[in-house]
Amino acid sequence: MACICCALCFHPSQPSRIDAVAEFLQQLPQQLVNGLALGAIYALIALGYTMVYGVLRFINFAHGDVFMLGAFAGYFLSPLVNRFLPAQSYLSGAVVLVLAMLICAVLGMLIEFLAYRPLRNRPKLIALITAIGVSLFIEYTCQHKAVFGAAARSFPDLIPTATWQVGGLVIGSQQVIVFVTTLLLLVALTFIVQKTKVGTAMRAVSFNEKAAALMGINVNFIISFTFGLGSALAAAGGILYAMSYASIDPLMGVQTGLKAFIAAVLGGIGSLPGAALGGVLLGLVETAAGGIPAISPYRDGIAFAILILILLFKPAGLLGKSQVEKV
Amino acid sequence: MTTPGAKRFLLAAILVAAVVSYFSAHFNRYYLGLAIDIGINIILAVSLNLINGHTGQFSLGHAGFMAVGAYTAASLTWAFGVTQASPVVAGILFAFALVVGGLMAAGTGLAVGIPSLRLRGDYLAIVTLGFGEIIRVVLQTTDTLAKHFGGGLEKALENMGGASGMKGIATLTNFGWAWALAAVTVFVVGCLVNSTYGRGFIAVHDDEVAASAMGINPTRYKVTAFVIGAFFAGVAGGLYAHHKQFLSPSGFDFMKSIDIVVMVILGGMGRTAGVIVAAILLTVLPEFLRGFADYRMIIYSLLIIGLMMARPQGLFTFGKARRGKA
Repeated sequence: MACICCALCFHPSQPSRIDAVAEFLQQLPQQLVNGLALGAIYALIALGYTMVYGVLRFINFAHGDVFMLGAFAGYFLSPLVNRFLPAQSYLSGAVVLVLAMLICAVLGMLIEFLAYRPLRNRPKLIALITAIGVSLFIEYTCQHKAVFGAAARSFPDLIPTATWQVGGLVIGSQQVIVFVTTLLLLVALTFIVQKTKVGTAMRAVSFNEKAAALMGINVNFIISFTFGLGSALAAAGGILYAMSYASIDPLMGVQTGLKAFIAAVLGGIGSLPGAALGGVLLGLVETAAGGIPAISPYRDGIAFAILILILLFKPAGLLGKSQVEKV
Repeated sequence: MTTPGAKRFLLAAILVAAVVSYFSAHFNRYYLGLAIDIGINIILAVSLNLINGHTGQFSLGHAGFMAVGAYTAASLTWAFGVTQASPVVAGILFAFALVVGGLMAAGTGLAVGIPSLRLRGDYLAIVTLGFGEIIRVVLQTTDTLAKHFGGGLEKALENMGGASGMKGIATLTNFGWAWALAAVTVFVVGCLVNSTYGRGFIAVHDDEVAASAMGINPTRYKVTAFVIGAFFAGVAGGLYAHHKQFLSPSGFDFMKSIDIVVMVILGGMGRTAGVIVAAILLTVLPEFLRGFADYRMIIYSLLIIGLMMARPQGLFTFGKARRGKA
């Protein structure tokens, strides 16, 4: 009989625990690298949730499925692109990434146009249920044998695979690409939102939709654009995820999407830096939990536990501002 | 539904359920099993309707509460050794197990509801969904968890079987139990919503701010609806366990919750009669459409989207809405 009170208990009845802790500490730097790579992907998806929440005040449940569609777009685009460009080169990887982002941006705008726009002035609950319906529709249509089929597929290597040893750390070329791509996209997003006209309009709509409309901003276009931008980021996340884990299936977006949403809540929903921070934090915590044998079976539950804790103690999130809802 | 009429309905329904159950040996076993499924689904749908319909919250964790009730009740009847008991004793123990299962689910509902119900509806959807996932993850690891305990708890956890599922549950659910408890659920939810106290649920549904201005504490009402809904989901889980004789954690995933949600949406949120019709229809239809199993969820999802756009009040509700908002 062993106690389960905590994973790091040093009671004399737990001699194996001390070894486990030593092992954990030894693996910590490696876990940090892996966690950052996972967290970067969560951050990319979380940004889409947060942006859509900013302009429409509702959770786009189908966002995780756009992430999945992004990965599948990469899967089908890669052989096409390889006809014109050398396979497994950084150039062809970048082309696949950009094309998949464009496809998903269009898909995201299409979802908004067909499903959410007709319901924009209805109660929030109706939009939420519709979003769940859209999500289920994408998942089950894609699982059908005439579309993608339910089985997992192995994702091709888009870029040259290599691993580097940096003092005990093992860093793969995929991980480097995940960091670099995420950083570039974050910089680009910050530029769009902060410096361009359309970004200013996005912030205006998020601040006050009616006032923005009175200032001559085309609210429909801005909402559409926001969906496109968020979906493109989700597609990038999907391809980076598929590159890192080499396997894709039509339900891959369910768990990852939910966790990314939790990351957005953790950082403070509606806040872009918050989404990035929440994603990285969640990735680190999850990877660290995977390294502790006593907790690892519950790894998938940890994100939800974090969600409940954050809602209990800081519902506005780490970087969010709490707002009083006015009548 | 006036109270005397409701009581008459309850007694009549229980009586019919008991009589049919007494002669159940004469019926086709397949149809009898289907009828029990319908009864269980009515309990699930009507109890979820209290949360999602009448109170206007959106829970996606009903399967989680059902799982809590199912595993609790099944573990209790297993611990009692019901198979060796006489039918009457077994019946009493079964009723006890169902109630305890319901109470466990209600307790979990309280624990989940208090942090999440202070917040907006869409957070609730995610939290309840996440809670369902946590339940599933925990149930999948009961076999490894068992090693940390000694004595009876170890055996009980081992019996739950982890990811491979809990086998050999006694068959105790029959037509009478399922339909009598379905009638009780309809009675309790109906009387509650139509009582003076229950108007609070509808007030919270219609406008939280206005309700709190009238002296109604929205969080309190939401948590109450949540706990009562969870209780009946737990009871339904106990019935389900002793009907199917096998429980597996993956049977209580997100999709199971969605099945129940679709019943509520199709029947019309906040309309008990419509929800009952939808529960019957959605239990029977898949049996006749087995060849279209691949399309079932695609049709469900299109149904959700279409209904939200065209008929948010549900398919089986006719006439003018009793309340302004659907």
